[in-house]
Amino acid sequence: MTGFLFPNEGIIEWDLLIVIYPFITGLVAGAFIVSSLYHVFGITSLKPVARFSLITALSFLLITPLPLAIHLGRPERALEMFLTPNLNSAMSAFGYIWFVYLLIVLAEVWFVFRPDIVKYAGSSEGLKKTIYSALALGVFEISEEAQAIDKKIVKSLAFIGIPTAFLLHGYVGFIFGAVKANPWWSTPLMPIIFIMSATVSGIALLLVSYVIMSKIRNKPVDQACLRSLSLWLMGFLTVNVVLEGLEVFSMFYEAEESWAMISQLITQKIGISYIGIQFVSGAIVPLLVLGVVEAIGVTGPAKTVLRFMASVMVIVGVFAMRWNVVIGGQLISKSLRGFSSYVPPILGINGVIVSAVIMSLPFVILAVLLYLIPPWQDEPQAVRREPLSFRTRPR
Amino acid sequence: MKISRRDFIKLGAKGLVGGIMVSSLQSLVRGFAAPEKISGTYDWEKHYWGFVCDNERCIGCGKCVVACKLENKVPWEPEYNRTWVERYVITEDDKVFVDSPNGGRDGFAMEPISTKYDALNIRKSFFVPKLCNQCDNPPCVTVCPVGATYKTRDGIVLVDQEHCIGCRYCIQACPYGARYILPDTSNTVLGQANVVDKCTWCYHRITKGLLPACVEVCPAKARVFGDLDDPASPVRKILAEKHVYGLKPELGTEPKVYYIGFEKGVY
Repeated sequence: MTGFLFPNEGIIEWDLLIVIYPFITGLVAGAFIVSSLYHVFGITSLKPVARFSLITALSFLLITPLPLAIHLGRPERALEMFLTPNLNSAMSAFGYIWFVYLLIVLAEVWFVFRPDIVKYAGSSEGLKKTIYSALALGVFEISEEAQAIDKKIVKSLAFIGIPTAFLLHGYVGFIFGAVKANPWWSTPLMPIIFIMSATVSGIALLLVSYVIMSKIRNKPVDQACLRSLSLWLMGFLTVNVVLEGLEVFSMFYEAEESWAMISQLITQKIGISYIGIQFVSGAIVPLLVLGVVEAIGVTGPAKTVLRFMASVMVIVGVFAMRWNVVIGGQLISKSLRGFSSYVPPILGINGVIVSAVIMSLPFVILAVLLYLIPPWQDEPQAVRREPLSFRTRPR
Repeated sequence: MKISRRDFIKLGAKGLVGGIMVSSLQSLVRGFAAPEKISGTYDWEKHYWGFVCDNERCIGCGKCVVACKLENKVPWEPEYNRTWVERYVITEDDKVFVDSPNGGRDGFAMEPISTKYDALNIRKSFFVPKLCNQCDNPPCVTVCPVGATYKTRDGIVLVDQEHCIGCRYCIQACPYGARYILPDTSNTVLGQANVVDKCTWCYHRITKGLLPACVEVCPAKARVFGDLDDPASPVRKILAEKHVYGLKPELGTEPKVYYIGFEKGVY
């Protein structure tokens, strides 16, 4: 704590739980967009991860409300958001957007995996047969014709899902961007930055988990797919860095009253996590690494390792971005005369352990889904050499 | 007793619908029953309250903070304040220093300017009382996801603590730092914990014709309260005679606490 704070500002109200909430939603939106790139835009190089990305999105989506609900002072009143919403409040939209998006993702997962589920229901026995029969929801028709209809439905769901994913995450950005009382949050760029960083984190997560899953399954990594992921990552990451840079540059250039505080915030108070992790190690270095891999043409396992490492750094960078927004914005006193400080506690409901457990829950759900409905379709893809292989149309 | 699958599903569906109805009953009843006029002599259509803080008169004794804490059962700890007092020190080279030890609860005499800012070349010093501005365009009301924070017809922003979910969005949205979360151990009028609390200009008093507690105890007449709709009210008199300003006017919140004694750097 330095300088003068308003007396009520001694407590950081939105803590670690609210940092991991936009981080999780971001991963959902990003993973969903990867699956849509395949299902809607026909980026066939992403086929090996298309189904995987869909169940990844679902796993994270199911956990999204958890950190919010337990952060409430009165979690037992959480449903009041549905029952007596104040529709002027951006926050009241969360439940509705989340629920609609959940329905879309659930429906898409069901249609995509339906043929598998029906096959498993036929081939397995005992409890498993019961589970799969239940999952089939009584529809066991998997003729060519039925599957063709399924495909069309999947395409429309994936198509509707894109704006909904943007809405889900743009909404989170709006929650912060619309707070005029907070100079570090209040910018109309906030929703767009959140959407971009969400996409970035989702692609990076998929690249990382795809490589790990290939190792676990002892299958070769599909290099065409990896390259496509890496190129998309570079593209979105570039836009993201430009937007985040633009945001702070315009604050610097306009030099409003609050700039003195913001410049101190980003150079001193959150200097390491902002400049160091969010920008340098979370964006610029990964961009350079990925660029070098593309330009120089690194070969062999080194290529996979470099892309893997760059993606891990990107994920950490996006987490730092969430931290810098949520915590950073609350460090500046509204008196514009001082800074509070925040170190998350280890124990307690707002502590590091609880947040770590919440962050691990999507992976538990993902493991169950991977067991029940394995998304992998191991057909070797020819390594394409065209400069922009992700533009290849389906044949 | 044998239950067929069909009956089981029927029963389950009935149970589910019943459960939802019972659990939402409270909200429904509140929704329909609320507009009933409460009997009594106070008519909120006939008043519109306003507040004046006179920075030229405030002596920083902190009596207002103590009175407020006692009247409204605000936790005694310095992190919880419905009202507080800030001390400004402006130096000859235009630097501004602000402090508010314990929210001004214990006054400022323990650390007088002469010792705390001894090395500075001080131009002037003054006190600024702070409290909820009861904004005409309150951002806290806009952001509340459940409508627990609302504006009354007589212009006061209140919190329904039996409805507040404790999301703290209003705390983020308030530009003046007027809001806080009641701690677990609190013993408020309503006995609520982990919900938002803020200054109400002592709504329970003003609706009975009394003054807010802080105004009542102020020995320097630095706090003035009255009806903006009443031409004879002391607030209207001051607004007619003095130059006043509201805090952070650029945000468009239209605060209804009017300050006498404008000084650059007071937010």
